[in-house]
Amino acid sequence: MSPIKKYFHDIWLGLYTIYIGMKITFAHLFTKAVTIQYPDERLQLPERERNRLFVNMDDCIGCDQCARACPVNCIHLDTLKAVPGDIVGRTGVTSNGKKKALFVPTFTIDIGKCCYCQLCVFPCPTECIYMTDVFEFSEYKRENLIYEFTDMTTEQTAEKKAKLEVYTKEQDEKKAAAAKAAAEKKAADAKAGAAPKTAVPPKAPSAVTKAPAAVVEETLKDPKAPASVTKGAKISPVEHEAPKVDIDDKKKEEPNGSKQDNGS
Amino acid sequence: MEQFLQNLFGQNNILVYISMAVPPLIFMIAFALAAVYMERKVSAHMQDRLGPMLTGWHGVIQTVADIVKLLQKEDIIPAAADRKLFILAPFVTFIGSYAAYACIPFSSQYVGSSISLGLFFIIAISSLVSVGLLMAGWGSNNKYSLYGAIRSVAQIISYEIPTVLVILTIVILAGTIDLQAIVTAQGGWFWNWYIFGGPGGWEKLILLPLMLISFIIYYVTSLAETNRTPFDIPEAESELVAGYHTEYSGMRFAFFFLSEYANMFAVSAIAASLFFGGWQSPFGDSIPFLNTPVMQFAWFLLKGLFFIFVQMWLRWTLPRLRVDQLMYVCWKVLIPFAFVNLLAVALYVVLK
Repeated sequence: MSPIKKYFHDIWLGLYTIYIGMKITFAHLFTKAVTIQYPDERLQLPERERNRLFVNMDDCIGCDQCARACPVNCIHLDTLKAVPGDIVGRTGVTSNGKKKALFVPTFTIDIGKCCYCQLCVFPCPTECIYMTDVFEFSEYKRENLIYEFTDMTTEQTAEKKAKLEVYTKEQDEKKAAAAKAAAEKKAADAKAGAAPKTAVPPKAPSAVTKAPAAVVEETLKDPKAPASVTKGAKISPVEHEAPKVDIDDKKKEEPNGSKQDNGS
Repeated sequence: MEQFLQNLFGQNNILVYISMAVPPLIFMIAFALAAVYMERKVSAHMQDRLGPMLTGWHGVIQTVADIVKLLQKEDIIPAAADRKLFILAPFVTFIGSYAAYACIPFSSQYVGSSISLGLFFIIAISSLVSVGLLMAGWGSNNKYSLYGAIRSVAQIISYEIPTVLVILTIVILAGTIDLQAIVTAQGGWFWNWYIFGGPGGWEKLILLPLMLISFIIYYVTSLAETNRTPFDIPEAESELVAGYHTEYSGMRFAFFFLSEYANMFAVSAIAASLFFGGWQSPFGDSIPFLNTPVMQFAWFLLKGLFFIFVQMWLRWTLPRLRVDQLMYVCWKVLIPFAFVNLLAVALYVVLK
């Protein structure tokens, strides 16, 4: 192309391409805006969105599995054993009919720490901890991000604590009495009876292991205690592991993952 | 209007001049508010966005809120700045833009100053803007500001040549340099506008392509003179932060902004006056209601706003030119075409 021809061609090309460009931008002037005016209109959230955690305390049995599953330790809960005859929460049962044997005086989730992994949700035997679709919870103070879910007041907690103390004392006395009685009986049997083998007195550790059985017997004998509570009373003597019995019954439980933590 | 005020306040009373001077000022401020809003809305919709939506209905008072914010801002003067120049620059720029309004005929009854050298005055006084820009750039003592100012001044001065050549073609055709007279000459139906060759018989058809070229050249140069895209290298955000007003804040910045938008309207108004009949109704006197002074102002505003819309439209269409391309367009394309155009029109006028 000769320089002169190129010169005019360039000018023509310039004007023509401006025309094309302007046509495109003008068309865009009338296309619908893609803006979503956020606080007023919102996008549909995905079905499995993971946002703020919520705990439905009516269903919580205080099993601590969510706290153990949490990789960042943002869940913290305290439990208090329920005295036989005492009703935990409003009904004493979860919405799917599980007995509640533990009071939960504190159940805090530090959502500032939460990594939204949802690992706490699966182990929950009663499905009371779950992710909601609330994602706007900014706060001016970091402390405000620690959510307290329990509905128990400090007075209630203190009352339940006192009740439990009284009850455990009673139980200890009864246990001691029962142990004494058993020992006496065995001694009497040994004296009265035949084989010298049986005369061996019960070892110290075995006494401890036997204790729960003794308590169960006690509570069964107790006419006041309703049937439902007796089962719960199994928990009282030895340890935390007790509620796990309930959990293992649970049909919907997530098989693995979280369970390895329970052994700790 | 001037005559009326002379009679009202007495001959050469100072009030006459003040009342003549105030309307353009009010217009400028109101226009800048509207134009910033328009700019934001047009750019938003061209990018399939919505733009300001929360301040008032569809964000109509957004710019008012912006001005209120700017008024509250701290007026920062950099320690190393040349204080006098720095403080003075926005006002010089503003005066340059404001003074150009003196000779723009808003309607058949209102033109700030009906001097017969109207166009010449506008071209001369609007060069004051580049002085203001250079003062701002130099006074800021900031390399970006200085670069912006130098580029800006280089651009404005080079592009003044084709502008003036194109204006000269119209002046030759109209035989006058008074903008009001040029607009009056385009009376009647819209085919009497200079873009269609001005008033005259069938022989004016020869002028049609020439006038189209004139208009395109004028429009391109007007973009360059107001530092608008694609000629916005003086304020190229990606290269120079904000060009000459980098260091400005608060009301001084607002003054630059105001002056910029005022300039936009001034060049659009001149384009409308020279080529599109200014305040003339497209239907002439055939519909008398549309040619009353108030409606004339409305026509004028409509035409001006249309060209401003095209400026915004171009802004979101074209990328920025490089400095060498800028100079290429000016010296190698616009000026030769403007010259040939001028000669052709002059020949036509001589032979007619």
